[in-house]
This record gives sequence, C-alpha cells and structure tokens, in this order.
Amino acid sequence: MTEEEVRSAVVKIIEDVAPDEDLSEIDDNKALRDQIELDSMDFLDIVMELRKRYSVEVPEAEYPELNSLASCVTYLTPKLKDK
Amino acid sequence: MSGIAAGIRLAMFDKKVCILESHYVIGGLNSFYNMKARKFDVGLHAVTNYVPRGTKGAPLTKLFRQLRIPYEDFKLKPQNYSEVVFPNKRITFTNDPKHLEESIAKEFPHQIDQYIKLIEFILSYDNLTLDKVETQTAREFLNEVFTDQTLIEMILCPLTYYGSAIENDMELGQFVTMYKSILLEGFARPDEGVRQILKVLKKKYKEVGGELKLRNGVTKLIRKNELITEIHTEKEEILTADLIISSAGYLNTLNLIDGYEPQTPQKFTGMMSFMESISCLSKPQTDFNYDASITFFNTRENYLYEDAKDFIDPCSGVICSPGNYQLDKPIDEPVIRITNIANFKLWEDLKTNDIDKYYHQKEDSYQRSLKEVFKFKDDFTSAVTFTDIFTPHTIKRYTGHINGAVYGSPVKTKTGKTPFDNLVICGTDQGFLGIIGAILSGISISNLYGLVK
Repeated sequence: MTEEEVRSAVVKIIEDVAPDEDLSEIDDNKALRDQIELDSMDFLDIVMELRKRYSVEVPEAEYPELNSLASCVTYLTPKLKDK
Repeated sequence: MSGIAAGIRLAMFDKKVCILESHYVIGGLNSFYNMKARKFDVGLHAVTNYVPRGTKGAPLTKLFRQLRIPYEDFKLKPQNYSEVVFPNKRITFTNDPKHLEESIAKEFPHQIDQYIKLIEFILSYDNLTLDKVETQTAREFLNEVFTDQTLIEMILCPLTYYGSAIENDMELGQFVTMYKSILLEGFARPDEGVRQILKVLKKKYKEVGGELKLRNGVTKLIRKNELITEIHTEKEEILTADLIISSAGYLNTLNLIDGYEPQTPQKFTGMMSFMESISCLSKPQTDFNYDASITFFNTRENYLYEDAKDFIDPCSGVICSPGNYQLDKPIDEPVIRITNIANFKLWEDLKTNDIDKYYHQKEDSYQRSLKEVFKFKDDFTSAVTFTDIFTPHTIKRYTGHINGAVYGSPVKTKTGKTPFDNLVICGTDQGFLGIIGAILSGISISNLYGLVK
C-alpha cells in the first residue's frame, strides 16, 4: 500500500467505526479526538479492524501512534507496505 | 442481555463465540413471556439513558456504535413525563433536565441552589474508572448537600428502586451513574417492549457468526489451579474456552465450579426483591388519570427501601404505564404494572409448603398493593380484564438470581475479575444496571478481557 492508500484505508475504518461522524474536513495533522468524537472504545475498534482487515497488530502501548491521520500513515505504512 | 452484547463484540472481531443459555429465550432478567395469548415483558419498565440520535458522548450512542447497530433499530419512543409522589409533595421529570429543576424549584424553593450544585457535581464526576472506591454512600453525600430530608428521599426513591442492591442507600458512584441515566437523560420504551431489543441483538449476534445454544445452561465448571478447563452443560456437552464470560451473577458463577468454596458468600448475597402485578385494562389508563410514564411513590412519612417485613411492603413502589410514551399508535391493550418490595423468604417458604396459600397470598398482596395506590390515584379495578403477578419466587425460578435479588450482589465486582484467570463476569454483579447498563457491561468486559488482552 502507498501512503495515500493507507490513509484511505484508515478513513474507511473510521467511517465504519463511527458512522455518524463527518470526516470530510479532517485535518491530517491534528489529533483525531479533537476533531471528531472518538473515545478509547472507538480506538480499540480501529485497532481491531486493522487486525481483521490487514492482519496488522497494534500493541496497546503503541495506540498513541494512531493519534492523528498523519501519524497513522507514518506508523502503518511500513506495516502495510506488502498488503 | 449483557452476555449477548459481549458475544456480539467478540464475534465481530472473529473470535469463536458460543453462548450457553439455560432458557428457551434469551434476556435473563430482561426477557418476556406469553400467557393466555398475551405477551408480557419481565424486567423492562423503561429503557433508561435515552438521548436523541447523534448525542455526543452519551452511553446510548456508545452502545449503538460499539455493537454497530443503527439507532433506529431499537425503535425507542421517549416518555411523556414521570413523577415522584410522596405525602404532600410531588416532583415531575421528563427527558429534559430543566423540567426537573423547575419542579424542584417549585416544591423545594429553599433547596434549589444546592440542587444546582448537585448537578454540577454529577456532571463533573468520573464514573468510567472501574476500580474507583468511594468512602461516602449516596445518602451520606446527599446529607451534606441538602438540609431537606424529604427532597433527599424523593431523589433516592427512583434511583434505589431502579437499581440498588443495598437497603436504604446506594454506592455513590452508582448513584451518579443512575442519576445521569434516569434524571438527566431519561426514559424511553421500544415500540414492542423488550423483545424488540432482544430481537435486534440476537440478529446481530447471528450475523457476526456467534453460536447460541438455548436450553443448554452451564451445570458445572471444572478447574485446574487458577484456570477453568471444562464447561459442562445441561445437554451433557463438555466445552473448553480460552475465556469464559459469565452473566449468571458473581456468586452463582463461583458456585458452578466443581469442588470450590467461594469465600465470604454472604458478602455477595443480595436480598432486594419485588412483587409485580400486571393489570390488563379494557380502557386506556389515562381514563383513570394515569398519565405519567412512570410513577415512583411513597406513602409513609419516611421513605423505606429495605427488605419487606411482610410478603410485600405496599407503602412504596413503582407504577408503570407502557402506553404513556410517544408511541406511533396506541398499544394493543392498556396495561398498568405495579411493583412493590417483597420478602423472598416468605414467598419461597409458602410456595414450597403450601401452594394454595401461595396463590391466595398473591391475590391478597395484589389487593393490598392496589388499596395503597388508590389512596392517591384513581381506582381502575372496574376495567381490569386480566391480571398476572410475579413474586420473588418467580424471579428466582426464571432468572436464577439468588434470593430473587433483582439487582444482584450488594458488592459489585466492577473489574469483572474472579479468582480464576480465564473466568470473568459481566451483567448486574459487575455493577452496570438496567438494559443499557447490562449491554454496556457486556461490551466493556469483552473489550477488556477478550480484545485488548
């Protein structure tokens, strides 16, 4: 996956986890939590979907890497490069 | 209810899940039954925590998101209004907290500033930390806030009736949770009662690949050191599992473990049980001026929430009218349900020793219950076409709750942990109450032990 594809994959997951949130004007460099309603349960779901869809494991200690869309892309691109 | 929610969460993320249910219907305390071609709900008076679709951060919103169920599927219809009626005092509330504030300002003008402080405290309270321990009880805390005992008791009345496993008080954290869910958020009812919710949950569970075994309850758990190694069922199957989540109650679950003696069982033994009568009417309940969705009442000078000395204590209770919600069409048959605190032991002994007397006592207690209600409400007996009554014995028989204790153990196990590594509990004894609480309990426990770990 390219960085752009990783971004799309994450956005798609967030859309499924939090279908009532509007992601159209999201700022990639700002924390997701500050822009849309996402609590720790929702973050767990993002992690679970990454595992389910792409077999990517995100250990609990690394959840902060999913803070913003930009940090998601940085963190996940190496893990998804062969997917 | 908590069990199927846990099952949905785990199966959704490809865990192999099997639910063992001892009855032929799911739901536990929040279930339903049929009698003489009528459908009755068991536990449900109302769904608490009602918020409109899209309300940010609310428990109900979290529930739908976590289970990936559309908000509309529960078909929730908000209440009209509810009331707390005491001698010479009456406060009313709706799903708009301003209404209650105005009602308190009118009935207790000298306490309204303190009331506003109470709301500030409740809104700022952190009740997400599972292992938080409070040193004060709700009543101790309220005694510091208010000087008027009647107001304190009028606030405690609906909250204790809808979820306290201890007498005349409740744990402070639980008080805050219930205050939010009942007096700030509020009540609603699914169009078709509890079966609507169970239908949606069951459908979702099947969709995500969960397996459900009905009439196949757990009879025994086999342990080896700190692990549960085998699950034996009524149909003589033997299952194994990496994780066992039990919604059967803390003590009931430990009692299933072969050769294991739970420590301090009395600490986990609840006693608050109830009798409920369901009166079907030939005319709308509103013809008799039963306009509230739910009425909480007390006819004594002081409100008592404690085990009944007699078969029932008619002097306090809950009157519930399923027709008084913002329904699309009137319900098929008007119904009034009345709940009173009841003494488990007296009912259980009578049922065991003299079945005829048990049935007579049901009728006598029903009449005593009505007589007390008719001191402040109109008499509707001329319109009663059918009555069903359930007692603490019935609750024990169908839900397995020890002592018919509706709200389970007086001590809650918020972390869900048991002395066994792969056995955790969810549901009433984990400390989240009501239908929404039960579902959230299943979600939190399955997330914590099934997904994160």
